[in-house]
Amino acid sequence: MNIKLLTLVSSTMLTVACSAPSEARTQIRIVGSSTVYPFTTAVAEQFKRTNPQFPAPIVESTGTGGGIKLFCSGVGEKFPDMVNASRRIKASEVAGCKAKGVTGIIELQVGLDGLSIAQSRKANFPGLSEVDVYKALAAAPFGKPNTYRTWKDVNPRLPAIKIEVLGPPPTSGTRDAFNDLYLLKGCETNAAMVALKKSNEDKFKNICTKLREDGAFIEAGENDNLIVQKLSANPNMLGVFGYSYLEENLDKIKDVPINGVTATYANIASFKYPASRPLYLYVKAQHIRAIRGMKEFLVEYSKESTWGRQGYLSKRGLVASPDAARKRNAQIARTGAVLNPASIH
Amino acid sequence: MNSALTSTAPTDGAERQPAVAGKRLQTDWSSPAMRSRVRARYRAEATFRYTGLAALLLAALFLGFLLFTIVRDGWTGFQSTDVKVSVTYDPATLMIDPAALKTPEAAQALRSADYAALMIEAVGQLGGAADVVSEGAWLILRENLEADPTLLGKTQSVWVPAKSNIDLLAKGKFDLAEPELTRGVSDDDVSDYTQLKQRGLLRTGFNRIFVTMADSTNPELAGIWGAALGSLLTLLITIGLSFPIGVMAAIYLEEFAPRNRWTDLIEVSINNLAAVPSIIFGLLGLAVFLNFFGMPRSAPLVGGLTLALMTLPVIVIASRVAIKAVPPSIRDAALGIGSSPIQVVFQHVIPMALPGILTGTIIGMARALGETAPLLLIGMRAFVVDTPQGFESPATVLPVQVFLWSDDVQRGFIEKTSAAIIVLLVILLLMNSLAIYLRNKFERRW
Repeated sequence: MNIKLLTLVSSTMLTVACSAPSEARTQIRIVGSSTVYPFTTAVAEQFKRTNPQFPAPIVESTGTGGGIKLFCSGVGEKFPDMVNASRRIKASEVAGCKAKGVTGIIELQVGLDGLSIAQSRKANFPGLSEVDVYKALAAAPFGKPNTYRTWKDVNPRLPAIKIEVLGPPPTSGTRDAFNDLYLLKGCETNAAMVALKKSNEDKFKNICTKLREDGAFIEAGENDNLIVQKLSANPNMLGVFGYSYLEENLDKIKDVPINGVTATYANIASFKYPASRPLYLYVKAQHIRAIRGMKEFLVEYSKESTWGRQGYLSKRGLVASPDAARKRNAQIARTGAVLNPASIH
Repeated sequence: MNSALTSTAPTDGAERQPAVAGKRLQTDWSSPAMRSRVRARYRAEATFRYTGLAALLLAALFLGFLLFTIVRDGWTGFQSTDVKVSVTYDPATLMIDPAALKTPEAAQALRSADYAALMIEAVGQLGGAADVVSEGAWLILRENLEADPTLLGKTQSVWVPAKSNIDLLAKGKFDLAEPELTRGVSDDDVSDYTQLKQRGLLRTGFNRIFVTMADSTNPELAGIWGAALGSLLTLLITIGLSFPIGVMAAIYLEEFAPRNRWTDLIEVSINNLAAVPSIIFGLLGLAVFLNFFGMPRSAPLVGGLTLALMTLPVIVIASRVAIKAVPPSIRDAALGIGSSPIQVVFQHVIPMALPGILTGTIIGMARALGETAPLLLIGMRAFVVDTPQGFESPATVLPVQVFLWSDDVQRGFIEKTSAAIIVLLVILLLMNSLAIYLRNKFERRW
């Protein structure tokens, strides 16, 4: 009778499901930033193609902060081997890592990204400075409540368009970069704020990086394609995201020049673009001997044909680091030199 | 005359009226007030009916629009464009020593040869910007040579996947009237495409890669099979756990459990659990299976366990309703001729309740198939190039794959996203049809 068969099948499944997992992990596990994700996945795929003897690395997009938290949870096959980061690791995070036994961290700067502010192709926004961005978006610019409604209120040179900016959520490394590259820079143009930084750093941080919650700044989640769609539908909106998205969607959107500098490959690579930021890959040195293929993966990542000017990552929108930085980082990838915690502030 | 007629043919209501003859007012159906009231009634009736119809049409319109946009964007995802290149397996370019092929290391030599260089050379002969094939096209050359090492030194015509922009051009996804900047594709690619097309070196056909491979960072090499297999493995675990446990729980609660405060409490809890948002089950899975039991991240095993927790209450509730619907006379008759309670349950109640139980289970499974949120938390939102090998190897599932592709920068993934949605919808449709078929097949009326 088919009920008996069903019971039999179900009970077998039950046993399979309940049998404890015992297999050791064989593949590299990478977590972290959604900005670095498209580059690391491309390297993972290329690594698998050229080294079919190793299983393909598993790359997960968790955001920089979440990724570093997972990465720093401990040493062992349960924990990821590498983390993508769209900002540098913080001293507090290194300390947290150390507390859990993660003492050897290798830092690789994989390339650069320009954190651009973009608009629809139909729009005609003339250009912004960091102060404009800060004054328009901060909850309390220079300590006074934000009352600006249109860009014209912020700066008479700008058009009378309602302030509406789509940007990354606080868990994202891109948000941290936005804080550093736009808000803090804009904030520090005021002498009183610079003085405050020395006297009361917490208050300084709060005034400088807390964003408006009245609808002028809209958190758009980690899905940057969504921002592109919204921008092309609404020419009055601006959006904040990495250069790779800008480059891939140049038919729909264009960047708003920052201090008169446009977000082009050359401008970002030469740091002429004010919002250029490095992207990182952090590697757990203690795992290198335990997980097969980690060394080969790092070598693949640091090849000139990968992250160089003509490499396949630059086709995907990564801006190559300066020659000297690439050389130094390739050296680190080969030797596995660990990061000196004292070098991070 | 009219009033006389009404009085001789009293209505039903009039007959049941207490006999206070003469006191009751005659209903005058022809008076203008009554007529307008009747009209108003008919109008209300018609409005109600048309509102219902309009609601149905609106729902159908939304569904139609959804299906239309998905199919319009997605059907091309099942097609791919290949480029014909003529390859000479030159040992010098490949950096293979022909003598090495006679040694035991032959396989290794063939494997590690420089096929990418060979591909560049072959594509270079096509002329133009010489950037028309996919980044992974050289894998086909390796496959060919490994399958037949005697090809070394010979020339062969091979169809290899075109790069995404050429593929999209062949499918007419770009507006060529636009200037280069706003078109989304470079002039080089367009001229390469027209040139190849004129020489007949392009063919667009069924996309075998899409249905046989796993994820890739190149849209032209990405496939749905890895995610589909991940979904299958996950659902196997889910059904294997939640079906027997759910049905046994339902049988016990309906047939054997005493009615008291405890069973009431259990009943309320089960109903509550069925309404808990799925993300909570994800957090539970993360805390229990990953952190406490130390199971591997991204594994279908953990995904299946988490989804089983989510599906369990649905199955319990559906099974209880189905078991309750079996007439008590059947049980009494069976007990009356000497069946034991177990015999009653397994020989009479379950076969009769089976259509309801199976329908509930399949609908629960269909929900589990479409679930994303809990799986994100247990790490199934991962880039997995290998198709999963078992319950513990990393995998992703169909809805998560849709989510990942929708987030990708590259334009070629737009059609892949819609194509993946089509695959998901077809599987859901098949599962729901199976539910209807089973219900009709096993249903008994009396």
